[in-house]
Amino acid sequence: MGDMNEEKKIEQGASDSEVMARAKAVLGPMGVMIHTHSQHGDDTLVVQAEDILKVMEFLHGDEGLKFDMMMDLTAVDYLGAEEVHPYLKPMNARFEVVYHLYSVEKNHRIRVKAPLTEESPYVNSITGIWVGADWFEREAFDLYGVVFRGHPNLKRILLYEDFEGHPLRKDYGKMKRQPLIGPVN
Amino acid sequence: MAQNEKPTEEVTPGEVAALSDSVIITQLSKLVSWGRQYSFFLYPFITACCGMEFMSVAGPRYDIDRFGAALPRFSPRQADLLMVVGTISHKQAPILVKIYNQMAEPKWVFAYGSCTVSGGMYNNYATVQGIDTLVPVDVYVPGCPPRPEMVLDGLIMLQEKVAREPEINMTRGVSPLGEADDRKIIA
Repeated sequence: MGDMNEEKKIEQGASDSEVMARAKAVLGPMGVMIHTHSQHGDDTLVVQAEDILKVMEFLHGDEGLKFDMMMDLTAVDYLGAEEVHPYLKPMNARFEVVYHLYSVEKNHRIRVKAPLTEESPYVNSITGIWVGADWFEREAFDLYGVVFRGHPNLKRILLYEDFEGHPLRKDYGKMKRQPLIGPVN
Repeated sequence: MAQNEKPTEEVTPGEVAALSDSVIITQLSKLVSWGRQYSFFLYPFITACCGMEFMSVAGPRYDIDRFGAALPRFSPRQADLLMVVGTISHKQAPILVKIYNQMAEPKWVFAYGSCTVSGGMYNNYATVQGIDTLVPVDVYVPGCPPRPEMVLDGLIMLQEKVAREPEINMTRGVSPLGEADDRKIIA
């Protein structure tokens, strides 16, 4: 993503918060960002899924940002609603993995999103940076089928082993029922 | 009977009148049912918010002890009334079946709250749509949660059912989901 258009998009804005300015200054030249926006004081970075570890290592380790706490990790299925974000359609993206980070020391937050396609819903696990991401990633895998590469124990966490499919995907029928589990069926 | 009076073989009308105050003639099965209906031993299988209402029923204000159903047992092998209180998910279904199969006969099942009756508002991929798909149910008490009065009413209905059991000759099998051999349930 080193072409001129992409670099223009992540130029510094006059109204950027300190967090956003710092993130743009470092991540912009690395060519990992797709899009940024800020609404109601919430800063959001949309980054390439394959570069998620680079981004997270920077946000976690940078002296000025120090995002030492992973507040939340989940996924979103935009099937049939890809137009809500302008960057989804051009990438052929269906899912987004959404991370919310917080710095206890600096008292600031950031949201990081990584779009994924239906054909390759793979993203690297961030359990090596925040151990607490373990069960969040298992939940996103269980309900959305997003595969977190490098996760130490990626198996279903809420549903049972025999369950087929991922029920929070928009193409999982809302009235679809699976057989009761037990010794007989 | 006075000390100096000689006992006789014949029963006097006076003695019959005295016995009628202290002897009842009945069937043994009815006597047993009468005992059972006022001494339920509960196994509370509590999974969700209905549990709070169950505590209210069990506590001093509504007090199920008045109906002889006071003591929760913490082993299903000591219980004869399975109180299923709260949402049962598919993941929990084999556990509920195992608990039911561990209970000794005779045993009864009380479906407490809308979730156990029909799945309630959880008409979704994760929730069992009524526990009668897992185990035979004797009393259904809907409500989200049911009022304690409803639970007491359900309990009284169950007592009446137990009292009738010698007449209706109830047989109660294992869960439709499994065989009595509970070692197979989780495997």
